[in-house]
Parts: sequence; structure tokens; C-alpha cells
Amino acid sequence: MKIFKLLAIAQSSLLKNRTRSILTMLGIIIGVGAVIVMRAIGDGAQQNIEERINSLGTNLLMVRSSSNSYGGVRRGAGSSRTLFIKDVDIIREQCSLVSAVSGIVNVSGQIIGGGTNWASQVQGVGPEYLEIKSWEIEDGVMFTERDMRAKTKVAVLGASVVENMYGGVNPIGQTVRIQQTPFKIIGVLEAKGQGSGGQDQDDVVLVPLTSAAFRLRGDSRYVSQIYASAVTVEMMDAAKEEMTQTLRQAHKLINGQDDDFSIRSQSELTEAFTSTTETMTTFLTIVAAVSLLVGGVGIMNIMLVSVTERTREIGIRVAVGARSTDVLFQFLIEAVVLSVAGGAIGIAVAYGVCDIVQNKLDMTTIVKTWIIAVSLGVSALIGIVFGLYPAFMASRLDPIDALRHE
Amino acid sequence: MPEVIQTFDLKKTYELAEPVHALRGVNLTISPGEFVSIMGASGSGKSTFMNIIGCLDKPSEGTYHLDGLPVDSLSRNELAEIRNEKIGFVFQGFNLLSRTSALENVELPLVYQRKNSKVKPKVKAAECLKRVGLADRMDHHTQQLSGGQQQRVAVARALVNDPALILADEPTGNLDSRTSLDLMGLFQELNDQGITIVLVTHEPEIAKFTKRVVEMRDGLVVRDSEIEDRGDARKELEEFSGVIGL
Repeated sequence: MKIFKLLAIAQSSLLKNRTRSILTMLGIIIGVGAVIVMRAIGDGAQQNIEERINSLGTNLLMVRSSSNSYGGVRRGAGSSRTLFIKDVDIIREQCSLVSAVSGIVNVSGQIIGGGTNWASQVQGVGPEYLEIKSWEIEDGVMFTERDMRAKTKVAVLGASVVENMYGGVNPIGQTVRIQQTPFKIIGVLEAKGQGSGGQDQDDVVLVPLTSAAFRLRGDSRYVSQIYASAVTVEMMDAAKEEMTQTLRQAHKLINGQDDDFSIRSQSELTEAFTSTTETMTTFLTIVAAVSLLVGGVGIMNIMLVSVTERTREIGIRVAVGARSTDVLFQFLIEAVVLSVAGGAIGIAVAYGVCDIVQNKLDMTTIVKTWIIAVSLGVSALIGIVFGLYPAFMASRLDPIDALRHE
Repeated sequence: MPEVIQTFDLKKTYELAEPVHALRGVNLTISPGEFVSIMGASGSGKSTFMNIIGCLDKPSEGTYHLDGLPVDSLSRNELAEIRNEKIGFVFQGFNLLSRTSALENVELPLVYQRKNSKVKPKVKAAECLKRVGLADRMDHHTQQLSGGQQQRVAVARALVNDPALILADEPTGNLDSRTSLDLMGLFQELNDQGITIVLVTHEPEIAKFTKRVVEMRDGLVVRDSEIEDRGDARKELEEFSGVIGL
């Protein structure tokens, strides 16, 4: 028997029992729909988190000095002063896998300007800092390498600072005083929003690293952190390794000696945040998959009823020359057509539901192609698994009994 | 030309709590072009005999040649193939697929045909429906047809694979007298065209339209004779219609 003949027979007998066919498919429709929607919401949430973490900067590698201990008291990460301004230059010169690098010096203090004052975070950074953090200047300019060398007293303000001190009015050209030192405002940063921890990334004042180190803090040699960008996402690990080696050499660490710094990559952060969502998504998908299984049992149930009800039809077919395999395949293909059609409708329904979730509930949903492929495959598999027993029963019927069946 | 049916000492025993000997040794030969009725009361073994010669069942003992082929030892699937190629069935209860058009019903045996035929199934099925006088009812569904018309569709289905033998099991059992005459007229017409027909019935007035009567009792053939004053179903139908004023 040709497969298309079997498909034609299956199609016509399913169409003859339209209501029943649709009700049978309902289980699969709901099951497949639920699986896809759950995955789509989960994947959407994951992408949201990834995007938020990416807004911290592209291919970001963060170097901090490690903890040290003093008299047996371990003092926590960043407590030792082991990162130097010259380390930044060494990384820039020697690490080929690093495309941009900047030291960071944190200075706290009250900022005075615009007839008011404000406690903000003042950061001394290099000109490449904005590139590393994928941040743009909204207005004005960023300070340059020349400002670094000259330790110029210039500042670039974050959007929240502008909002709080100048009421949103463009402050370029005005002067702010940081720890009594006047800095000229030369640029304003675009708004970046919340960081991964919920802190306001825009509440910041950027000044040249050298200016911060020499004019504001006084200890000119150290940096609190070093931020660097790897050339590509794929090269993150290699860049991290390269930086580790370079810094070890610069710090004259011998083999066996622990690093006096630690490098964390953004992908590690991403992983930490996404693993929770991943667990949640997996859990919900399993729940949805169980409903898919129930849908399969529904198919088996209806196919068994169908075999009993169509005993006479089977008898007629066998009498005119259908082999038992012909009957087996007829019912098996009916079950598979039912489940695959149900799967296809389920996919369509899932797209509709995702659309509603996205627009009305304002949640990101992502339907991945492989989920669609797997859904269709699983539907077909369910049809085969749950259709086999009824089809086998049908193929075993005795033609004489079947023809007499009322 | 080989004999259509040849049975040698055909026996069938059902192994129930007490063994039931449905056939106790039947020897029968039916040649091409014959029109035979098999008669007998219920329990005479005629249904069992019909199931065996229809290749729906296998004998316990004895041999059976259909159209020259020994078929008593074939497997289930091989028997399906023989039924498909050599036998056309007409049943008492019509046994058509419901909610299916006349044309599709007639096509059914061709769906299961293994050999590649040059003739298109649709064309062949339409031809057979024309032969039984239902050219204008091809697209009607089973439920839209009268009993007589349904049985004609069944006859067309029996004809569609050019069988060696048409096997009719009480074909007039569900039909009124007039429609029965009509159907027997059709059978006589087909037999005149050379088609071999075996008809199982318990009504002597139906058997008289055939050419030969085989009577069974207790699993044995007790009478096998030519019909002497054979009736003409078409003629009787005309007379019958005259009597009731149609």
C-alpha cells in the first residue's frame, strides 16, 4: 500500500468524525501549546536578564585585587592594594585579546554645583571606559588621553546627576566642585537604567582616572578595579587567561603563588542569574509535558472506541483483500495524523497565546525553532506510541466475526 | 480453463468444549460459467462452507483449489490477496462503508490491489456501476440509496476486480420480493455474460433462478442437481409489476 493512499483513507475517516477528531486532538493541542508557551516565557525571561547584564558592558572582564589577610584576619575581596595604574598600561600594551581597558578609581564625596549639592559616586576612569560599558555620550564630549596625561579637571555627568542637580537642564560648561576641587562639565551620559543589582547606573560622575588619583584621592599609584573588553565573546576565556598571565608577570608572582587579583567575566554573572530561570522553565516544561502525555492517552482511548465502532468496516476491508498490516497502518496513521495535526494546531495556538502574553502582560516571549521541531516530533511519537495498541487490536480482528458485528 | 472451485473431502471442526463437526467431507466441483445455489437449513454447514470457499476461513482437513490454485494452506495475508484478486463478495447486509459514496465503495478492492493495473480505479469503478445500472448514482452516499440500490453497489464492488467467482451470501435476505427479483435478474444477466456465481440461500424461489442446486445437511452434500424449470427473473418481475399494478 502506498503511503498516500493510507493518508487519504485516514483523512477521509477523520473528516467523517469531525467533532470527535477535534476533541481527541484537544489534548495534544493543549499539551503542545502549554509546552511551547512555557518555554517561550522562560526563554523570554532569560533573554531579559541577559540583556540587562549585557548593558553592564560588552565582553566585560572585571579585575579586582584579591582578599588579603592581615594577622590571620581575612579582609574580603578588594581589600588589598595590588592593582596599579601601570597595570592598566601593561594590559593595554601586552594583551592582544583585549580591545579596550580602563582602570577605575572610586572616590566618594559631596558634589556641589547648580546651586545645590548631591552625594554621588565619583569614578576616575580612562577614555575607553564608555566603550567597555557600551555607553554613549548624550551631549558634549568624553575626556581624552590628553586629559589623562594633563590630569585635567573635567567631568562627565550621568543622567541622574543632571536630573538631580540641574533639573534636567543641560549643564555643559558649568562647574561642579568635588571635594572642593572645581571640575568643568564637558559631557552628559545617556541614561542607562538599572544595573543587574537594581542600583542606578546613571548616578555617577566620571572624571579622568589620573585626576581622581592625584587630585582627589592622593594615593596616585593604585586603582580599585580594572575593566577590560575582550575582542569577541568567544575570546572571553582566552582573554581572561592572557590577562591573568600578564598580570602575574607584572606582579612578579612565581609558580605556585596565588594570584593577588581575581578576574570575573560577565558570562559568569549571566550564568548565575540565568540558572534560576532555567530551573523554573524546566520545571514548568515538565508539567506541560505531562499534560501532553495525558493527551496521548486520550488518543489511545478514542482510537480503541473507534476500532470497536468500526469493526464492521474493518471486516469489509479485510473481506475485499486488506492485509492485517494494511489495517494496522490505517489505524496507526489515523492516530499519527490526529496527533501531528493536534501538534500543528497547538503550535499555532501557542503563537497566539505568546502574542497575548507579550502585548497584554508585557512579558517577553521567545519561540525557538528547535522547540517547534521537537513539538512536532514528539506529537508524531505520541501518535505512534498510543496508536499502536488500538491499531494492533484492529489488525487482529477475525473477518468473519467482524462482518457479523452489529 | 481450470475449474473455479474444487474441494476434496473438505472437513471443518470447531474445537469447542465439545468438538463441532461443521463440515464432514465435502466434495464439490464448480466449473466456469456456472450459476450455483447452495441451500440448507441453519446448522447445515453452508455458512462454514461459504466462508472456506470465500477464503475467509481455512478447512481443518481436505484440499481446496480455487481457480486451479491450492489455497487451503495459504497464510492469512496470502488469503487476503486471493480474496482481493479472485473473489467478489455480496453479503446479506450489503456491507458498504457508511458516509462514503457509491463510487468510493466500489473502488475499495482496488485500493488494496497489489498488482499494478493500467486501468484507473475511478474509471474501472464507474464502469462497474454502469454495468449494474447505477451510472446516475455514483456520487450518492450509502444512506441516500435504497436497499436494492445498495445491493447493486455491492454487486458492482464484487465485479470491480474481475473475479473468477462472485460469492453471494443470502443477497436477497434484506430485500422485498420485487427488489429480490430485480437483483436475481441482474445476477442472471451477469451469468449470461460468463461470470461464475455461487449463491447461498435458503429460499427455493430464489434458488430456482440459478442453474444448479447443491443442498447441504449436517455438514454433507445431500443433493446436487440441475434446475429443470429455471425461472427468468426479468420476466417474472414484469409479471409481478403487472399484478400489483405498477
